[in-house]
Amino acid sequence: MDPQDRRYTSEHEWVKLEGDVAVVGITDFAQDQLGDVVYVELPKVGDKVEAMKPFGVVESVKTASDLYAPVSGTVAEVNDQLATEPQLVNDAPYQGGWMIKIQPDDPAAIDTLLTAQQYADEVAKA
Amino acid sequence: MAFVPLTTDERQAMLEVVGVDSVADLFVDIPADVRFPHLDVPAPLTELETVAKMSALAAQNRHVGQLACFVGAGYYNHYSPSVVAHLMGRSEFYTSYTPYQPEVSQGTLQYSFEFQSLVCDLFEMDVANSSVYDGASASAEAVLMALRIARRDRVVLDGSVHPEYRSVIGSYLDGRGIDIVTSEVGLSDGKLKRQPVLDLIDDKTACVVVQQPDFFGTIRDLEEIAAKCRETGALLVYVVGDPVSLGLLKTPGGWAADIAIGEGQGLGLPLQFGGPGVGLMTCKQQHLRQLPGRIVGQTTDHDGRRGFVLTLQAREQHIRREKATSNICTSQTLLALGATIYLATMGPAGLKQAAALSHKRARSVADQIKRINGFRVVNDGPFFNELTVTCPTDGSTMRHELARRGIIGGYALGRDYSGLENGLVLCATERTTDAEIDRLIDGLREIGGGR
Repeated sequence: MDPQDRRYTSEHEWVKLEGDVAVVGITDFAQDQLGDVVYVELPKVGDKVEAMKPFGVVESVKTASDLYAPVSGTVAEVNDQLATEPQLVNDAPYQGGWMIKIQPDDPAAIDTLLTAQQYADEVAKA
Repeated sequence: MAFVPLTTDERQAMLEVVGVDSVADLFVDIPADVRFPHLDVPAPLTELETVAKMSALAAQNRHVGQLACFVGAGYYNHYSPSVVAHLMGRSEFYTSYTPYQPEVSQGTLQYSFEFQSLVCDLFEMDVANSSVYDGASASAEAVLMALRIARRDRVVLDGSVHPEYRSVIGSYLDGRGIDIVTSEVGLSDGKLKRQPVLDLIDDKTACVVVQQPDFFGTIRDLEEIAAKCRETGALLVYVVGDPVSLGLLKTPGGWAADIAIGEGQGLGLPLQFGGPGVGLMTCKQQHLRQLPGRIVGQTTDHDGRRGFVLTLQAREQHIRREKATSNICTSQTLLALGATIYLATMGPAGLKQAAALSHKRARSVADQIKRINGFRVVNDGPFFNELTVTCPTDGSTMRHELARRGIIGGYALGRDYSGLENGLVLCATERTTDAEIDRLIDGLREIGGGR
């Protein structure tokens, strides 16, 4: 089971509220499907992101996939470490492999996303 | 297997399946009056007659082998050592088609890798792709690339970038909602007069496209433009005029270009009626992921031996679909090979010598033109192997008159620049002889009605 302290999207991102910012990354299932991640293209601090619209791209040795913003808001921070160590996404998808922090327009929107259990059910169905 | 691909019987069988009587019935949806129009074409010829007719037509072509060539404007009549054409013409290279399993063709990948390495050396840039169609498409791809990187929607074009490149950039950007601003170039007091590009660059500008040497032949100090780019976050897109000029001039990397491109024809490739060419395309390491086209990488195989692969393919459309950097999935491999052989043959010293000779000939042209009444060299700075001259009459008339004298007399500026109708861009290369220059000067003097 994925960590229960955060919410999930059907596009395989997780989001966790830390203080007033929402930390975003991709799930363990997603990194496993992608294979070795070689590059992560992220937005700039200050950029606006919109819920369920792409905010970046994760590229592995075999494919490239869009990253979807779980909630709308403003990018408060990006994980610069991924520029030199993209493998963090594989090694620690829920910790060091986080991608961006969003200052959400509406923090309550996070609660409408999938719980760990609901996400697990979706993955099982797929 | 039958070698006749479609027999009458097979055709009949297919028509029956489709349920029509004849092939003509397949076209009934097209209005009858335009369906099978009568075409007024001559009767068929025998092979002998055809060869005679085509030979007679071909004999009407006039080319740089017969004429004194003083035109450049993107395509340069440089000397090409015979080894270039000889090796390019080998059937292994000349007739090979794109390998659909590229790694099987290690030789092709290796020379593409050598090409990229040489282009990086020549431009002093970090990375190069294995080429795009030509200089013009490279310039447009460079702008698209800059728009993706900067995520802004304003493009500043220096008016002295090749007019056809600017036109192709315009076509590529059409319908994308991009604001294109072009600086004006005209004539004032017998010198080129430019609207400062500097004034057009702001913090909404994705990129600034400059050419060096520019379309008029002038070599400019780009330091202020480069600094303004750094200051505003705009990318400096650098178009190399004639690649041979890099034998002498400061490189795009030296000017801190973000993306540098150019037409590679000058590197030992024939003029071939103005194309096909080979687009050289390079960028800084940090922009690699946005570089379009194919990139060959060096790696090691299972047993640790050196090998070559197509790399970073997640940028490309067969993997990334609509998110690909470009719809280009190819390279001008044969011509890139020619440029590779040329650069390897010439070496840095040879290229420098070719560049120095070209410049010397152009200097000679300029020095003599200055002495003819009614003609003026209007470059607003030093030039390499092209220079802009104003004539007593319009440039296209001059060209026409020179052509009657067996001289290809430069590029007439009138169709691209208002106020420069009398302007002619002349070019000399290491192939230009003193006798040809004499003929040009005599021709200009005569046509100009002068002394």
